Amino acid sequence: MGLVVLVVIWLITLISAYFFIAKTWWLPVGASAAAAGIDHHFTVTFILMGVVFVAAQLALGYLVWSYRDRGSAPGKASYSHGNTKLEVVWTLLTTVLFVGMNLASSSIWASERFRQAEASAVHVEVTGMQFQWYFRYPGPDGKFGVTKPELEDASAGGEAALGLDTKDPASKDDVVAGVMVVPVNREIEVILRAHDVIHSFFVPAMRFKQDAVPGLAIHMHFTPIATGEFEIACAELCGLGHYKMHGILKVVSQEEFDKWLAAREAEKQ
Amino acid sequence: MVGGTGGGETITMATHESAVHAADAHGAPQGFIRKWVFSLDHKVIGIQYFFLALAAVFVGMFLSLLMRIHLIWPGVVLPFFGEIKPETYLSLLTMHGTIMVFFVLTTAPQGGFGNYFLPIQIGAPDMAFPVLNMLSFWTTFLGFIVLLAAFFVTGGAPLHGWTGYAPLSALRSLPGEELGADLWITSIAIFCLGALMGALNFITTTLDMRAKGMTMMRMPLTVWSWFITAILGLLAFGVLLSAGILLLMDRNLGTSFFVPLVTLNGQLTGHKGGSPLLWQHLFWFFGHPEVYIAILPAMGLCSQLLSVFSRKPIFGYKAMVYAMLSIGFLGFMVWGHHMFMSGMSPYTAFAFSIMTMGIGVPSAIKTFNWLGTLWGGRIRFHSPMLFAIGFVSLFVTGGISGPFLAQPVLDIYLHETYFVIAHFHLIMGVASIFGIFAATYYWFPKMFGKMMNETLAKLHFWLTFVGAYAIFMPMHYSGMAGQLRRYSQGTEVAWIKALTPIQVFISIAAFITIASQFIFLFNLFWSMWKGKKASDNPWEATTLEWITATPPPHDNFGGLTPVVHNGPYEYSVPGAPKDFVMQTDPEIEPAH
Amino acid sequence: MASFSTTATVDDPRITLGDGAILPPVLTGGGDDRSDPGKPDYATRLRRARLGLVVALTPILMLFVSFTSAYIVRQGLPTLDPQTNLLVKDWIPVKLPTLLLVNTFVLLLSSLGMELARRQFRGQAVIASGNAAPKISSSEQNKMPWLAMTLVLGLLFLFGQWAAWKQLAASGFYVSSTPSSSFVYLLTGTHAVHLMGGILALFVASVAVLFRRALSTRSIVIDVTAWYWHFMAGLWVYILCLLEFAR
Repeated sequence: MGLVVLVVIWLITLISAYFFIAKTWWLPVGASAAAAGIDHHFTVTFILMGVVFVAAQLALGYLVWSYRDRGSAPGKASYSHGNTKLEVVWTLLTTVLFVGMNLASSSIWASERFRQAEASAVHVEVTGMQFQWYFRYPGPDGKFGVTKPELEDASAGGEAALGLDTKDPASKDDVVAGVMVVPVNREIEVILRAHDVIHSFFVPAMRFKQDAVPGLAIHMHFTPIATGEFEIACAELCGLGHYKMHGILKVVSQEEFDKWLAAREAEKQ
Repeated sequence: MVGGTGGGETITMATHESAVHAADAHGAPQGFIRKWVFSLDHKVIGIQYFFLALAAVFVGMFLSLLMRIHLIWPGVVLPFFGEIKPETYLSLLTMHGTIMVFFVLTTAPQGGFGNYFLPIQIGAPDMAFPVLNMLSFWTTFLGFIVLLAAFFVTGGAPLHGWTGYAPLSALRSLPGEELGADLWITSIAIFCLGALMGALNFITTTLDMRAKGMTMMRMPLTVWSWFITAILGLLAFGVLLSAGILLLMDRNLGTSFFVPLVTLNGQLTGHKGGSPLLWQHLFWFFGHPEVYIAILPAMGLCSQLLSVFSRKPIFGYKAMVYAMLSIGFLGFMVWGHHMFMSGMSPYTAFAFSIMTMGIGVPSAIKTFNWLGTLWGGRIRFHSPMLFAIGFVSLFVTGGISGPFLAQPVLDIYLHETYFVIAHFHLIMGVASIFGIFAATYYWFPKMFGKMMNETLAKLHFWLTFVGAYAIFMPMHYSGMAGQLRRYSQGTEVAWIKALTPIQVFISIAAFITIASQFIFLFNLFWSMWKGKKASDNPWEATTLEWITATPPPHDNFGGLTPVVHNGPYEYSVPGAPKDFVMQTDPEIEPAH
Repeated sequence: MASFSTTATVDDPRITLGDGAILPPVLTGGGDDRSDPGKPDYATRLRRARLGLVVALTPILMLFVSFTSAYIVRQGLPTLDPQTNLLVKDWIPVKLPTLLLVNTFVLLLSSLGMELARRQFRGQAVIASGNAAPKISSSEQNKMPWLAMTLVLGLLFLFGQWAAWKQLAASGFYVSSTPSSSFVYLLTGTHAVHLMGGILALFVASVAVLFRRALSTRSIVIDVTAWYWHFMAGLWVYILCLLEFAR
């Protein structure tokens, strides 16, 4: 029986480890400035934890097989209540490993979340509501117009869905879109809002995720470094249509972005 | 100190006196209702809890079966059930989580086995407050009925997930969040009351009713784990209760504790100024210790089993106790790691992440000690031992993904993906369930006087062990590829659609694993009826439940009181005639 | 850790470790403070009941700690004004009815009565159980109906709280009017529910005499209820201070 346990545990370990090492399924290719750092730290954690995982499972299998009750052999199991020195050693080792790993990642976290977006960043207000994302750009004046909950008309979509007050001068040049278009290599400041329940704005390729919470306006930032279309999905359970709540992030060149925004402005007039 | 002196005279006197007293305290009840329904006997109550959890685990498992069917065959029409719609899927996952966390993982190890064996293992005739103990079970039972009732009311079971994040859970007017959601909250509140009564009994009993010689540091690790679990429950369930009360008020009295100004389809709801994050803080202040409430009893039990079946003292008894204490302590300071992406201050998030990594240390110590216990042993592969070994393996696997999720930088990507599902199912779900299985196979002979069928038990182990890995290991892969949880269908998002083959594999693995649980169910009832008669100490173990008759008499020790002279894990003591020394045997002395 | 070796005690002829054989439990005749096999004596029962009470008060404390933190968080929390996208404060303090002060006095008085009742019954129980604990001069001179007084004052307090609610509502503060009024109702209501539990226990202790329950049992019920009652009085003072000074 000991041998069976050893074989099964070792097989499970090796098969599991194979798919990790072969990267059969892996994170999508990163397309933001932060992605490389995050992926590197993921790999570091993965290697450290992978070694621990394989070592612990192999040891478990080996010990179980090696110290099986051989029946006929005389004598007892060894009698020991433990070893304080060993306990201290592995307590220290694991503390250093775990806390050190976390500290190593602190600079990435700091640049992602402690730092405010640069002044030159492109501002996009992202609003989640069941089960749709809306993206608002402040227009040439750089100011978002006033929105009023009592003006909201979800069925009309666009500006009306956000309850944009058209009487407010700042709202005149606001552009509301169903697709998020941003220029490449510019920092994007995202202002996350939600109308009804909590949603979560997740763009895997950007390594970007943040809950949009009703009652809060959460400021976040990321910098896309590759052009293309990337999918957005809602990552926080928001009701019946949660699985349908997705959108598109289009990263384009600065010229294309300007052209697109101007076209939207023109449409509005 | 020489134990057991006093001779026959004392024995007779004690027998006589205590027998009289015991009858006074509460005598063995007569009649079916007093004996099996409204029983005050902790053993009967333990068995009642056990069967409640057994019923709950099969309901919960059935719900997961429906979910797995829906995920790979969305349009299939099931007999008697019809088609599973996306909203039904959300109800299923909500109820699956709630039933499993509360009525299985909290109920079986603590309410079931803890109730039955804690008093016996410390040499007490019963719990400190038997009436409260009975009330605690029936309260929990009522909670379960109320929860199940949510399926049958208009609007159906709630769909806000077991975490019930507000405002989704706080708005009555949302589809799927009608009366069922009120029942869900009420059920949890009732459960809290039951769990608090139970915890009160566990703590008082452990502190005040230990037999002579049963010092704290001679208590079996199982008793330690139940004791610490009870303390966690005592501190955590009051907070959950408070959150439930506030949520009920938001839903029914129009208050705004958790709901800010929100609009539904452009309509104002009348709420204003509440904080959705407040719910998350209160919920996770309970929710994280709850994880340890589920896993600690399994840790205690598996430590015990590794020692019993390796015929070796546990490696580092004190370290194990301190590790459990520090897990319990730290468990109250890490709740924020569920909220890295919630809009909480990133500085707070960083502090929480450091504390969370800290909790990995006592967990690692326990793993090292388990391996240390196996080292140099003479391992007997009875079914409880197989499940204990399986527990260690699953605990390691489930634990390894913890440090990924505990780092906010990696959680940006992994939060709410299947990677999280894999992590907590392995460590909190499957590992704890393995603890429950191990406990069942280990204590069944004592509880029912019969042995379980060993062949079926081993078959059950292999199918479940391999099955659990086949289900949950691939979830790491799909999580890394971005598979989001609580998605009833993967058809809408391209990258999730690409992961369908993994879903199919997981579902098939789940079908086989679920089917193999019926081997366990059959073995359980068949053995109760036809099993081989069990001796008083079939595993040659040392703790107090094995010195008494099988099954134990009403007052546990037949009017006698054990006196303890030894630690709980004296196996293979050099020079002793057998390879185990009972806790009541004369004291063995340390060599100099 | 040192390794262990057996000593002569293992060779004790009474210890047989035969196949499947079970050792007879080594016995004592009870009496040890920590291990009483059958019916525990008065002191043990009292100690156990008090320990149980302390443990039971923990979750009640946690409940109110949790409410307090919610109160403080909610109070300090600015809320997003969706029109201007700015964070604004929306906390309107509630003017508490003066009646609450009268109620507080009533509750403190009842707590005093409770303490006197506790000492009265403890004295009697100690004498009845023949325990050589501190003697009370005589049970006869202590026939004041402290218990009944506490019960009446407790009910009066609850009635006063109800009247205070009425006053609040009359001044326009309903449960859902403002966040602060929600908390006033929540905290007073939860406290009242807990006090009702105490009243129920007092009621049980009062009628127990009709069913001729042992004096010691009544005494223990009253002792534990008294500590619970004091806790409730203290808790009420805390709640009042919170609502009055942290608004």
